[in-house]
Amino acid sequence: MPDTPLLELQDLSVTFGTGDAATVAVAGVSFSLVKGKTLALVGESGSGKSVTALSIPRLLPPGTRIGGRVMFRGQDLLTANEKSLRALRGSAITMVFQEPMTSLNPLHSIERQIGEILSIHGTHGAKAIRARTVELLEEVGIRDPAERLGSYPHQLSGGQRQRVMIAMALANRPDLFIADEPTTALDVTVQAQILTLLKGLQSRYGMAMLFITHDLGIVRRLADDVAVMQKGRIVEAGHAQTIFAAPAHPYTQALLAAEPKGLAPAADPAATPVVSVEDVKVWFPIKKGLFRKTVGAVKAVDGVSMVVREGQTVGVVGESGSGKTTLGLAILRLISSQGRIAYLGKPIESFGFHEMRPLRRHMQIVFQDPYGSLSPRLPIVDIVGEGLVLHKAKLGYLDRREAVARAMVEVGLDPAVMDRYPHEFSGGQRQRIAIARAVVLEPKFVVLDEPTSALDMSVQAQIVDLLRDLQIKHGLAYLFISHDLRVVRALASDIIVMRYGKVVESGAAKDIFAAPKDPYTQALFAAAFRIDAVPGAPVAG
Amino acid sequence: MSAPAFLDTAGGETRRLAPPVPASGFIKLTPVNQRRLAIFRQHRRGFWCFWIFLCLFGLSLFAEFIANDRPLVVSYKGEILFPVFIDYPEEKFGGFAAHTEYRVKEISDEIEAHGWMVWPPVHFSYQTINYALPMPAPSPPTWLLTQAQCEKAATAAIKPGAANRGCRAIEWDWLGTDDEGRDVLARMIYGARISILFGLALTLLSSVIGVAAGAVQGYFGGWTDLLFQRFIEIWSALPHLYILIIISSVIAPSVTVLLFILLLFSWVQLVHVVRAEFLRARNFEYVKAARALGLNNLNIMVKHVLPNATVATLTLLPFVLNGSITSLTALDFLGFGQPPGSPSLGELLLQGKSHTEAPWLGITGFLCIASILSLLIFIGEGVRDAFDPRKTLA
Repeated sequence: MPDTPLLELQDLSVTFGTGDAATVAVAGVSFSLVKGKTLALVGESGSGKSVTALSIPRLLPPGTRIGGRVMFRGQDLLTANEKSLRALRGSAITMVFQEPMTSLNPLHSIERQIGEILSIHGTHGAKAIRARTVELLEEVGIRDPAERLGSYPHQLSGGQRQRVMIAMALANRPDLFIADEPTTALDVTVQAQILTLLKGLQSRYGMAMLFITHDLGIVRRLADDVAVMQKGRIVEAGHAQTIFAAPAHPYTQALLAAEPKGLAPAADPAATPVVSVEDVKVWFPIKKGLFRKTVGAVKAVDGVSMVVREGQTVGVVGESGSGKTTLGLAILRLISSQGRIAYLGKPIESFGFHEMRPLRRHMQIVFQDPYGSLSPRLPIVDIVGEGLVLHKAKLGYLDRREAVARAMVEVGLDPAVMDRYPHEFSGGQRQRIAIARAVVLEPKFVVLDEPTSALDMSVQAQIVDLLRDLQIKHGLAYLFISHDLRVVRALASDIIVMRYGKVVESGAAKDIFAAPKDPYTQALFAAAFRIDAVPGAPVAG
Repeated sequence: MSAPAFLDTAGGETRRLAPPVPASGFIKLTPVNQRRLAIFRQHRRGFWCFWIFLCLFGLSLFAEFIANDRPLVVSYKGEILFPVFIDYPEEKFGGFAAHTEYRVKEISDEIEAHGWMVWPPVHFSYQTINYALPMPAPSPPTWLLTQAQCEKAATAAIKPGAANRGCRAIEWDWLGTDDEGRDVLARMIYGARISILFGLALTLLSSVIGVAAGAVQGYFGGWTDLLFQRFIEIWSALPHLYILIIISSVIAPSVTVLLFILLLFSWVQLVHVVRAEFLRARNFEYVKAARALGLNNLNIMVKHVLPNATVATLTLLPFVLNGSITSLTALDFLGFGQPPGSPSLGELLLQGKSHTEAPWLGITGFLCIASILSLLIFIGEGVRDAFDPRKTLA
């Protein structure tokens, strides 16, 4: 293996904007990469890792000021002209992005997209291109590639789309493969498969891989070298084993320690049941034909029963498409369903809008996306206080502000910021605001629909601690929906595992985590905790 | 009233956690809207056109004080009178008629002899017929007359024996008269006022109806949307002009009736944009969150979803206003608009077309309407730039 590094960044700095509004995204970053090795660039959101990666093939928006040198095969890419860069992009340097749906052109079939990258970089002849495309798809693990050539991105699952992206990136046997959080948007089992695939491809072709992630579990599994970034600088770099064994910088130590921890309260069958559901079904009819006759149904939730007790958390785990969110919304009567739903013993499945209204303050929800769940045009005090206007109409304006301030203090925010707008806050703070909105009404039952999925690891841990404290203080019953098993382990007393709308396994969390019985649950846990793709496991492709 | 249970009482004095309510300025603008205002200011053309338009519109609102056949203030035999507001009978000035014509020589001499008058800059109203025209109607502006023509016209007006000062002796006419002897400048000012007011009223009403219709369609979707859309398709396919002609032949439309008829067809303009925004926004998470709190549909539509749609609506409004002004002008041009005698830019254009030997008619009409519409277009450009999300949220 040659000793001269394939890629060498020397004191890279990237600044956006000019004058007063200039933000330094990356300052003085240097690292090098040799063929056959993987470097993981780790950091939280806003640390500058994606910007660093984008500056290598010079894909940053025009007007960005880049300083330093990016030496690739001895040539400085920052001073190279556009023509030579274009020859390198897609053939010697390729990139895979985070969101496969938006990275693929929705109007082109996958054959055309992979064919495009082949024909730009020298493969000619329709037959040759087609043959190579089929070869690539087979390599990345798409079943029946010859038949899937004409499919469009929306016809593929998330994991399959990401495989197509990887096939495009591999098409011209790159020397440098940059992966910018390629598995963040995928389920744990699919993530495990994609990572196994990437590792195999790297060892087969001997390419250098720059892997950007915020997930340390992936780094542990995949990387040879690690560089930890914080606020645009590299705070620590070195071999993966050394860093994991003995992190030197306090930020690295904090990052490694930032797994959601703490003990979930033990399952207590004697506590009062707050919400109990029996045989809930949510079926969406498929209508076909001229007269829109119902020919079948998409069974999003197919017969789920469970009880959520006071002061306890029921964790609902499963992959995307398993029906977890639909179940949560059905329990809150935000979508219609069949089956019995009871709140404090009272059946509510037949309640209409007006009957549900007084109950709404007792049954609240926190959504997944902290950026979408807060109305961008209202200040925080109005967002959090909206429920108060409705349910505690007798409170005057100042008293409402006071109630909002108390809720904000409970979730760990400074009440002085209550007149600001959502875009002035970070993701973690916004999620706290969403929790404050739920908590200010003093509910008894809260559905938490993947509240930590869009947040960084350290922020996740803080939010989990906050939720636990609130549960102990107010005796709240939680329905915690998540695909992230580490978070569920820290919070849930009971678990149900869902797949295709049905409950695969359920019971006390302690028992299930210790000894999962169902093979699907075992594969799920293997993927989540060890990022191990169990071969032959019955998981979605 | 006893303090609510959650307030902290320390040492007998309640300590509030919430910060004081922030003082709101004259108009409280969110930071996003402040940025939009700043971007609008930066768009020099739009910004200046906005102020020019406001000045001209403001001036035209005071048309009665700029162009009138009655003086603003009269002092007669020690008494202060306001003929512009009150219609004094001629007996006050020694005459017999019920209605005073201040332009008539006898009355004006009488008032000048016993006091003074303050006239508005233009001594004509939109209906005043000038009987002392230097040339037969449509007569050209005074500055287009040759000295000989002026002197010929002045001979009737001057006292015998006095020097004939030519153009300075006859009444000064800025823009000439139309084919009935009415002053063009006065008609232009009054006509511009009516056009702009009509346009504003039509825009306002069609926006209200259009936004409401679009909101209902987009928010509820499904059959409401399908049926409503089909109705709009059929409705838009109706020929507006023919219906207008038919109605005009049955009743002579006043401005209000015209407004109503044009409104019937112009509300459709904003529906599509608003509908698209509502279709998009009703799936946003914060709408789901509002539903989970228990808000009813109307509250969610107005409070959460409508602000998203206002961006597109406001961007379109100057152009809708443009279209409204043009509609009235076009109707007047065709003769189906306001009743005859009303001051109107379209009618001025029509006269300009029929009297090509009198270019001041057509040119005045054209310049007036063209500048109003251009000003609005430039303002519209500025508004569109201000609301451009790439610039606002950068």
